[in-house]
Amino acid sequence: MSITYLEAIREAQTRALQENPDVFIYGQDIAGFGGAFKATKHLARDFPGRVLDSPISEDAMMGFAIGAAIEGMRPIVEMQFADFSSIAFNQIINQAATHYWRTGIPCPLVVRLPSGGTAGSGPFHSQSMESLYAHYPGLIVLTPATVGDAYWMLLEAIEINDPVIFCEHKFLYYHLKAGALPTVEERLPIGKARITRHGKHASVVTYSAMVHEALRAADELARLGYEIEVVDLRSIKPLDTDTVLASVARTGRLLVVGEAFPYGGVTAEVIARVTAEGFHLLDAPPKRLNARDTPIPYHPNLWAAHRPTAATITEALRELLGF
Amino acid sequence: MTSAPVALPGLPDGITAGRFLEGFHFMLLARTLEDKIAALYHSGKITGGVYLGRGQEAFSAALAVCLRQGHDIFAPLIRDQAGRMAFGEDILDTARTYLGSVKGPMKGRDGNIHRGRPDKGMPAMISHLGAMISVVCGMLKARQFRGISDTVGATCIGDGGTSTGAFHEALNLAAVEKLPLVVAIANNQFAYSTATDRQYACKDLVDRAIGYGAEGYSVDGTDLAACLAVFDKAVTRARTGHGPQMVVGNLLRLCGHGAHDDGSYIPETIKSTPLGQDCLKLARQKMIDHRWATHSELEAMEAAAAEAVQQAVAQAQRDPAPDPAAETWQPLASRWLLETDHPTT
Repeated sequence: MSITYLEAIREAQTRALQENPDVFIYGQDIAGFGGAFKATKHLARDFPGRVLDSPISEDAMMGFAIGAAIEGMRPIVEMQFADFSSIAFNQIINQAATHYWRTGIPCPLVVRLPSGGTAGSGPFHSQSMESLYAHYPGLIVLTPATVGDAYWMLLEAIEINDPVIFCEHKFLYYHLKAGALPTVEERLPIGKARITRHGKHASVVTYSAMVHEALRAADELARLGYEIEVVDLRSIKPLDTDTVLASVARTGRLLVVGEAFPYGGVTAEVIARVTAEGFHLLDAPPKRLNARDTPIPYHPNLWAAHRPTAATITEALRELLGF
Repeated sequence: MTSAPVALPGLPDGITAGRFLEGFHFMLLARTLEDKIAALYHSGKITGGVYLGRGQEAFSAALAVCLRQGHDIFAPLIRDQAGRMAFGEDILDTARTYLGSVKGPMKGRDGNIHRGRPDKGMPAMISHLGAMISVVCGMLKARQFRGISDTVGATCIGDGGTSTGAFHEALNLAAVEKLPLVVAIANNQFAYSTATDRQYACKDLVDRAIGYGAEGYSVDGTDLAACLAVFDKAVTRARTGHGPQMVVGNLLRLCGHGAHDDGSYIPETIKSTPLGQDCLKLARQKMIDHRWATHSELEAMEAAAAEAVQQAVAQAQRDPAPDPAAETWQPLASRWLLETDHPTT
């Protein structure tokens, strides 16, 4: 028996609907059709009236969820693709994110963003939006990289009394499998980064699908005798600076990898924190690797050269190790 | 004061003189308060914007007096002081928010017309126009999930706000969900300085209602009795399962966009049309004409309003301002997820 990353997301939603009568799901094509990626397959059948198709109105979808949340419901909004959350940007950053601060009334909701690139998806179905949302106070931004995290972090997100941006990676939906879900005792709480692979020569700090590219790069370099530590941030906001600093303290070298565009963003944030708080720990200038600073290309050949991969991460690590 | 039976001359069916008087009371209170707030702004006592509902009090108050406090939802916009008060907002909430008291509902974190008490059915507006409509839709849906089916949600907007995508998306969503929503559009002829001929090209904004599958009404927004009648009907229709209701009030903003704006671009030619009549004066005159109140009773009301405003403003001015050292600076309800122990955050 095995479970995919996508199935874990569906299982988490099933459990939340079962256990909490305040949970409902709202999004495009999610009811009878089960969602563009089938993350809500059969949920409308199993939970009548609680999995609702929305019009193609991302702004109103978010406003609707916010209104329900401030009345005490626990809405989950499925954006069909993370890219389309740009239409809901205003409601997310100005309404949901400011609500508790302004009024003292919590706004507990989860926005599920099918994020990141897949071959052939092009500029408008491939984006990684986590840095944009992390910029705004009042939001929690999560980027699960594993099947177990997809499950437990989504369940925990639904319990959080604040708006949560849940960035699930489309590339992992079908390809990433686990034998079984971790038990509740094995789960790592939101806000803690995970040392996915221990090493002593350099740290790769990354998140989401790039964790798996970094692990492949670490495998490659292991053949040359290098032990690369891979840190999975899991949560972009809050960001577990302590675990990152501890890793850099062990290795002295830092590469930060993200699939999002390079300007600003998570990779810049991590490097800013490490250089400000752990400059003395560094034996080499910290490096970062992002997607290229162009829109995301459609053709698989171009796309493969646009985002970081195991090969480009390996190359960046070689430079870092050679400093 | 004179108590009056139903269906008096000068009043539409179903609107009592008592309800007219109630509407007038909140119009008067709002005007009195806003005149004071504007004076405080011009004397430098208020930081930030001041937005007035002058000329829109009848339309705003009439909607809110048709709602059930503690049960319905009212999401006001920037010119709804009268509606806010009619829905039960404490005069101190207004004074404290404008004057920056830490004791106000926003504690100095937000100001002026952005105040609200969502737990009392009054969400706190954001500045982005149209954004509150879908929020009210979601609040209504939450009530339905909880088995409460007779809550009405009302919200206000202006002619300019109808041009936003948020307005369109939310009206369409409300109709798809057949929600008990009442949208009051104060067609006050100017969005900041932009006249309606640069805002929309349809013949009448109410024509949009049918396009959404909503029921639409057009009313003289200077006429309190007519506003009470139309909102009474719209709220009843919404409450009894007839889906979203759109009410367009035709009136003129009798001031600038904010206290900082003298509105000098508003031509005299429109001020002298029926749109430019002062709803408060019209309502007052009507009460005298129909002998629902005497001159002395009205003067007593005006004196009481002035006294209430004076007391609220005096109290707010005595209140402490927010102290940056005492502010928590915590934007999350989930305290354990705050990053507070790193110098770079």
